[in-house]
Amino acid sequence: MALFYILLIFMVIAAIIAVETKDLLSAVICVGAIGFGGSLMFLLLRAPDIAMTQIVVEVLGLVILIRATISRDLTFISGDREFFGTVASVVILFLVFMAGMRICDTLPEFGDPVFTQRPEAASQTYIAKGLSDTGATNIVTSIYLDYRAYDTLGEATVLFTAVIGATAILRSRSRKRLEDPEL
Amino acid sequence: MTVIVKTVSSWVKVLIFLFGIYTILFGHLTPGGGFAGGVILASSYVLLMLAFGRTFVAANLPRSLASRLDCLGAFLFALIAILGLVCGGTFFVNFLYQRYAPGTPFALVSAGTIPLSNMAIGVKVGASLFLVILTLAAFRAESQEPTERDLADPGVGGKE
Repeated sequence: MALFYILLIFMVIAAIIAVETKDLLSAVICVGAIGFGGSLMFLLLRAPDIAMTQIVVEVLGLVILIRATISRDLTFISGDREFFGTVASVVILFLVFMAGMRICDTLPEFGDPVFTQRPEAASQTYIAKGLSDTGATNIVTSIYLDYRAYDTLGEATVLFTAVIGATAILRSRSRKRLEDPEL
Repeated sequence: MTVIVKTVSSWVKVLIFLFGIYTILFGHLTPGGGFAGGVILASSYVLLMLAFGRTFVAANLPRSLASRLDCLGAFLFALIAILGLVCGGTFFVNFLYQRYAPGTPFALVSAGTIPLSNMAIGVKVGASLFLVILTLAAFRAESQEPTERDLADPGVGGKE
């Protein structure tokens, strides 16, 4: 559990640096550090699926943000370093591909009812007790508004943030003109 | 848009809106729920926006009212969660079902806080998506120089 709190403090420090620093690239890198810390925390909380989602979103977001931040300041790598970088990328891609093939071999067949064979699976609890616990006959609703309502709160927050971002980025009128009580 | 599109969409929009309300209200009984119903509610306004233009819809449901509805839905959902903490002891507990009014299964008024949460989420999602699409349409319309044809027929999909 100590590791958990160390990660938490690390994320708070990275967030403070990201807000306070003047350098745009440092701020983007700090945001990336927060995301990776978050994915490690999900892993420690035994939610590997969310950790994987978080890390994928984080890598994509970091690439896009860095590309947007340093669009005027491009450095090209050439010579021996380019050769080494290419070889290293190909080797890493090959290793990840082989690991993925190995994982695909261990997956159950398509359409195999794996969760009905495992009575300790969480879905068995939802199916058996969903109606008596929540009173909702739609089991999907009973999961996302009762058993896992925290997820739904997070999802509503994501939507709220998306609306704020869209209206902030796409506004064509300046802040002073927005203060007019029109539209 | 042409008269055919305008007439048909002015009939169909009511049915789409009603279907969205049904999807939200019966979310705990049949497939559906707040997210799906909210998207259907927003799509009825998108149909209006495509047929009659952005200014018509902005006069019908102003941006200030939509953002208020958005905040209201989010606030109600959080309020239900906090009421669970106050009345039931745990954040997000289904206190109405477990303590006060269990109701019978398959009835419209059953399952405690789940229909209330569905309504809050439906209002929130519908207003959010409507705001996003209205903002995108306004951005596209305002980023171009208005021509005389735009001023005569301010339809979003009127050109091309």
